[in-house]
Amino acid sequence: MNSPSASEQAVVVENLGVTYRTMIARPVEAGERSLRFRRGRRQVRQVRALHDVSFSVPRGSILGVIGANGAGKSTLLRTIAGIIPPSAGRIEVQGDVSTLLSLGVGFRKTLTGRENVMLGGLAAGKSKREVREQYETIAQFADIGDFMDMPCRTYSSGMYARLAFAVGVSVDPDILLMDEALSAGDASFKERSAQAMQDLRDRAGTILLVSHGLRTVKELATDCLWLDHGRVMAFGDPVEVVNEYSHWARAKSAAALEEV
Amino acid sequence: MPRLRPYVRSVWRRRSFIFHVAVSDVRAGHYNTALGPLWLLANPLLLAGIYFVLLTVIVPSQSGGLTYIAVLISGLFAFYYTRNALSLGARSIIGGGPLITNSVFPRAVLPLAALCSSFMLYLPMLAVYAVFHVIAGLPIGQQLLWIVPLLVVQTAFNFGCALGLAAATVLVRDVTSALGYGLRIWLYLSPVLWTVDQPPDHVKPYLMVNPLYSILGTWQRVVVEGRAPDAMMLLLATAWAVLALVAGAAFFLSREHEFALRL
Repeated sequence: MNSPSASEQAVVVENLGVTYRTMIARPVEAGERSLRFRRGRRQVRQVRALHDVSFSVPRGSILGVIGANGAGKSTLLRTIAGIIPPSAGRIEVQGDVSTLLSLGVGFRKTLTGRENVMLGGLAAGKSKREVREQYETIAQFADIGDFMDMPCRTYSSGMYARLAFAVGVSVDPDILLMDEALSAGDASFKERSAQAMQDLRDRAGTILLVSHGLRTVKELATDCLWLDHGRVMAFGDPVEVVNEYSHWARAKSAAALEEV
Repeated sequence: MPRLRPYVRSVWRRRSFIFHVAVSDVRAGHYNTALGPLWLLANPLLLAGIYFVLLTVIVPSQSGGLTYIAVLISGLFAFYYTRNALSLGARSIIGGGPLITNSVFPRAVLPLAALCSSFMLYLPMLAVYAVFHVIAGLPIGQQLLWIVPLLVVQTAFNFGCALGLAAATVLVRDVTSALGYGLRIWLYLSPVLWTVDQPPDHVKPYLMVNPLYSILGTWQRVVVEGRAPDAMMLLLATAWAVLALVAGAAFFLSREHEFALRL
C-alpha cells in the first residue's frame, strides 16, 4: 500500500496521551480508627488511559479497534470525538464527526417513542426538519407499531433497544466513531440491524469501529489497531493484527489457568 | 476555554434541542398525574395559599389584605423563577450523564435548557399574579413596561448562576444538597415576605450585597407599587446580572472540557 498524502487522512493521531485523576475510596479496615466518619480514606490516583498512541486513518477506510476490556478503546474514540480532552499529543480530524457510542442518548423514558425520535435526532445535531423527514424510515425500521405513541417506559427492553438503534443509525456523518457492541433485538431484527450497519458504513466516508467481533474486523476493516493498557500493541493489516491478538489472548488465558 | 463566537453559534444551532429538552422536563414534572398540566397553575396557587395563611392567620403581622397578597405572590413567584433556574441548572450537567459521555455538543446547552424550563414554569405564575393584580385593583399603566427589561435582567442573572452552579456541581457534588438550604435562607433575606422599604436604613447597605434585594426589590416597586424603578437599584440589579453572567459563563466554559471525565 502506498502511503496517501496528508490531505487524504481523515484522522491523524500523534503521540496521544490521556491521563486523568480519579478518587479511589479505600474502605475502613477493621481496627482502624477513622476521623472521617467511616468514609474510608480517599486517595487520588492517576489513570493512564492512553499512552503515546499514534496512527492515521485514510479517508474512506474502516479502522477496527480491538483489545481487552479496559484497553482504552472507548477512551480513544471519545478523545477523537472531542468528548475527552487529550493530556498529550495531537489529534487532527477532517470532516463532520458523528458518534454512535451508546444507544438512546438523549432519550427520556417518560416521553413517547415519537417524541424520543425527535429528541434523539436533535441531540445528535440534526435539525427538526431533517428528523421529520427521517421519521417514517426510523419508525419503519424500529417496527414497534403503535408503541411509537406510547411512553418509552412501557416498552420491553428489546423494543427500547430497537427504537434507540433505529435513531442511532440514522446519522449521516463524514466520519463515524462507533462501538459495535450495540447490536440489539431478536433474530430477525439482528439481520436488519446488520444490514443497517452495512448501509451506515457505505454512507459514512470513514469509520472507526470498536469491536469485539474479531471476524467482523477481519471481514470489514481495512486497518486494525490493537490496544492494550492504553498502548498500541500493533497497527496494520486486519488479518495479521487480529491473528496476533488472538494468539496473545489465548496465551494469556492459558497462563491464567495455569496459575490456579 | 473555547472561543466565544463559534461557541455561541453552535449553541444557537441547537435551539430546537434546547426547547425540546425544556418542554419535556417541564412535562415530566407532572407526568402521570390526574391534574396533568393543570399543576402548572395549581403549584403557584397552593404556594401562595400556604404563605398567605402562614403570614396572615398564624403570624398576623401585616395589614393591607389584597395588596399584601399581591406583594407576597409577586415576590414569591419571582423568587421561584430564580430558585427553579438555579436548582434545575445545578443538576443539568450531572443529570445529563449519557448525553455528555457519548456525544459532542456545547455543554452550555443543558443549563440553558434548565433556564428555559424555569421560565416556562414562571409563565403560568405570572398569569396567576396578573389575575390577583386586577382583583386587588393595583395600578395598571405605562410603568408596567419596565417588566420587560427587568425580566431580562433577572433571566441574565439566573443564567449566570445556573452556569456557575452546573459546573460547580460536577466538581463538588455536595453543591446540590447545600443549595436547597441556601435557597431557603435566601428567600428570607430577599424582599419577598417583606417590602423593599421596610428594613431600617442602617441595615439597607448590607442588603445590597444580596443580588435579589435589588432585582426583586425593583420588581416589587414596579409591578405592585406601580412606580418607576429607583435608578440606583436598577443599576445595582443590572450590575449583579452582568457580573453573574460573566463569572458564571467564564467558570463554566473553562471547565466544560473535563465534564465527561468527571461524570
